[in-house]
Amino acid sequence: MTPLIDSSLTACLGLIALWGLIGLAGLLRPMSLGFVGRTLFPLGALCGAALAVVAAVSLAAPAEQLTLKVGLPDLPMHVRRDALTSLFLFLLGAASAGISVFAAGYFRRGHGTAPGLLCLQYHLFLASMGFVLLADDAYAFMVAWETMALTSYFLVTTQHGLAEIRRAGFLYLLIAHIGAIAILLSFGVMQGGSWQFTFDAMRGAQLTPHQAMIPFLLALFGFGAKAGLVPLHVWLPEAHPAAPSPVSALMSGVMLKTAVYGVLRVTFDLLGHPQWWWGLLPLAFGLFSALYGVVFAAAQTDMKRLLAYSSIENMGIIFTGFGLAIVFLGVSMPSLGALALIALLYHSLNHAFMKSLLFLGTGAVLHSTGERNLGRLGGLIHRMPWVAWLTLIGALALAGLPPLNGFVSEWLLLQAFLFSHEVPRPFINMLLPLGAALVALAAALAAYVMVKFFGVIFLGQPREATLTRAHDAGVLERIGLIWLALGCFALGLLPTLVIGALRSVVEQLSGAELPSAHAPWWLLVPLPGRRASYSAMVFFIAIAVVVVVTMFAVRLFYHRHVRRAPPWDCGFGRLNARMQDSAEGFGQPIRHIFGPFFAMKRELPSPFDPAPRYRVTAGDRIWQGLYLPLGTLVQRVADAFAWLQQGRIATYLLYSFVTLVVLLALVL
Amino acid sequence: MKPIEIVTQVLEVIAALAAAPLFLGWINQCRAWLQNRSAPSLWLPYRGIHKLFHKDAVIAEHASPLFRVAPYIVFGAMVVAAGIIPSMGTRLLFTNAADAIALVGLLATARVFLSLAAMDIGTAFGTLGARREMMVGFLAEPALLMVIFVASLISATTALPAITESLATQQLGLYPSLAFTAIAFTMVLLAENARIPIDNPATHLELTMIHEAMLLEYSARHLALMEWAAALKLFNYACIGFALFAPWGVSTGASGPGALLASIPLLAAKLALAGGALALIETVSAKLRVFRAPEFLAIAFLFAVLGLLVHLLLGA
Repeated sequence: MTPLIDSSLTACLGLIALWGLIGLAGLLRPMSLGFVGRTLFPLGALCGAALAVVAAVSLAAPAEQLTLKVGLPDLPMHVRRDALTSLFLFLLGAASAGISVFAAGYFRRGHGTAPGLLCLQYHLFLASMGFVLLADDAYAFMVAWETMALTSYFLVTTQHGLAEIRRAGFLYLLIAHIGAIAILLSFGVMQGGSWQFTFDAMRGAQLTPHQAMIPFLLALFGFGAKAGLVPLHVWLPEAHPAAPSPVSALMSGVMLKTAVYGVLRVTFDLLGHPQWWWGLLPLAFGLFSALYGVVFAAAQTDMKRLLAYSSIENMGIIFTGFGLAIVFLGVSMPSLGALALIALLYHSLNHAFMKSLLFLGTGAVLHSTGERNLGRLGGLIHRMPWVAWLTLIGALALAGLPPLNGFVSEWLLLQAFLFSHEVPRPFINMLLPLGAALVALAAALAAYVMVKFFGVIFLGQPREATLTRAHDAGVLERIGLIWLALGCFALGLLPTLVIGALRSVVEQLSGAELPSAHAPWWLLVPLPGRRASYSAMVFFIAIAVVVVVTMFAVRLFYHRHVRRAPPWDCGFGRLNARMQDSAEGFGQPIRHIFGPFFAMKRELPSPFDPAPRYRVTAGDRIWQGLYLPLGTLVQRVADAFAWLQQGRIATYLLYSFVTLVVLLALVL
Repeated sequence: MKPIEIVTQVLEVIAALAAAPLFLGWINQCRAWLQNRSAPSLWLPYRGIHKLFHKDAVIAEHASPLFRVAPYIVFGAMVVAAGIIPSMGTRLLFTNAADAIALVGLLATARVFLSLAAMDIGTAFGTLGARREMMVGFLAEPALLMVIFVASLISATTALPAITESLATQQLGLYPSLAFTAIAFTMVLLAENARIPIDNPATHLELTMIHEAMLLEYSARHLALMEWAAALKLFNYACIGFALFAPWGVSTGASGPGALLASIPLLAAKLALAGGALALIETVSAKLRVFRAPEFLAIAFLFAVLGLLVHLLLGA
């Protein structure tokens, strides 16, 4: 180690700065796809992998602080690395490494932003996310937060030629800024009269529980807008499909987690001791988001919108864990609070890997077919076996099936819920376990969504003739997918190691120590003495052994030939691809059962219509019931104020004069 | 790893593999008696499976490897599930490795692979069956999970053998919450195993079928494995029911190998009774329209939640 990099904090800073430099290097030859794709993006991926290693090594290390010599005069930027930061830096580095490798093979010449500029935006986006995690004062945090929002806005609008994409980008920018205002205000309250905006000052500020609730609510609102909690979710299904797939993966897999980081930082670190009843709000919104997101995901016909809604579900599950953790810690049940925190951190890690994997899979499909609409896909497992099988791993993980990673975090969350009846508060202790029912319902629906997603895209027969010309992903893209799929496996099969690593984070957040179990490394025992355990490894090996033994036994005893023939289909001969279930058809039971969720519009043709047209749209009630009226209201108010704008210099000068006089009157 | 654990484990898995088709045959026989038909042989399911194994397989031309590997995965999942459920003894090797939630996850894995395989050929029936199966599944799974939650709240553990042990060793008391969940569980069992009123195992009437629609393209050994897996699934569900609601006679804790042997005829008796009851339910009820299925399962889910609330309110 050189003396320049004497701590993991400086190493992290250096790597983040390197990302910035890689981005700037893209401007050297902005139009050269070879330079950007084959050199800069793989370098960025290496940088991410290095960051993941540094962060993983420094997880248990004591916190470090540093004052940077950049920033405004007398307002230097502070940075700090502690366990929480390390965990999310690991998430950022590890997930972005896979995504960057994929991106190296993904971006092609085409319309929209030049490759060099894209490289700059992409790496600045990465660097700003890293800096959000390291920032230790409100000023640095907000600068990084805004850079993150702006760079991702430009990335979303890469294909800015399309009006629809510009609109999606605008909506994203709008909600990102409304959220940012709330976060800014939250910092403003948290300084508690000291007018020092370093996080240290906020930690030291003395706020009464009722005062402390205001920044908590503001932070929940602001970070909830970034996380896509219902009803602040509307930008997600617009912005994610608009962005190029690696960017969608980065936004969904990593950027949403900065919101989780932020809300954890504010609640447990800056505010300190949350009251138990604060937790009910994120719990309720989280559960509702989980159900709402997954129900809408099941009804989608655009594969990236489907994944975007599924992200809302997963963020809902994460916030449910967050709310549960606050409740447990608030009523002095530290080990259960630690369990809920572990569940939420684990799910954040899992979601980063599995959702990035799926978004990249859709990217490969989009590239090879040019289609995002599920109704025009199908049968791609034959043409794109690599993408199909790797995506299957992500889909199974997201469906929460053992022995993959999605199951572990849901298992932990359900375990935490199982003890929620012990919360010593009347009524609440009866309502909380019902949350488990909703989590179970959301998890089961997630399996429905994933069967639809995978089955319609990759299985069956191609729904369009052009699909037979689809080609598999390139080498770099495959490496990116494999990296993330391996992450899903590792997180699924080695839960004890992961939880061991999360231990220091949980201790930092809650001060509670998770009682360590005397269990072998392969056995997950979250709470010793509570008799609940799970071993993914044994589980996986058992299934694998049974499957392999059955295969050999069948081969040995009953070896018969296999003949290929046209599908039987009950003897119906003229089968064609149009007879398969469409994505709409697969969503139909959900639209039927969860009818009240949707703003359904049906156009039924009359029986005498010579050119009958059947049309059904399942809209978002919240968009129509909340956002459109709100938009109209804003427009009305703005119109009312418009008469101030007379267009004459004299009038404006008069306004300035009157303002000055009023201010003088107030001050003097 | 004690010898008794290995013995119990091996015995349970072998018993499940061997007895599952018999259980199915028994139900069919009871059904035939109740419906005044002449009953098929008890051994008919065995003969069916044996016959299928001895045939050449016909596979659709554009079937992917997923289609061929799915029967093995579904079968494997069901065998492992049989190893998790304490049907005879509670001292199982798997006790620590997989709890009841993992069991539900395992059943979900099997369901997902079955549905994916059904979608693989791209026939109208296959996709229809897959969609309906997932529809039934997403409602049945949380209901089953709630049933298990109530049992695990009562016994303060999610490990199925431990639940059974604590329920079996407590003095015989009445748990109102368990009564509600037993109703919910029965409904889930009917729905998940493609029985009337959700699905009819005896029909290939195309508009109503769910499970059979998914198996239409399978033949020979693949079909044999799928059928065997379906029989195992029914057997497993019956054993989950016994483990939660009728845990008497299961060899527990310190009891010796004698108790394990004694539990075999008891399990047979329980299965015989359950088979008869199942046949009776199927005989007296009519099949629901597919779109009534969600209502049926929503009722099951609500019963399970009601059981949870009753437990929390009454503490019993």
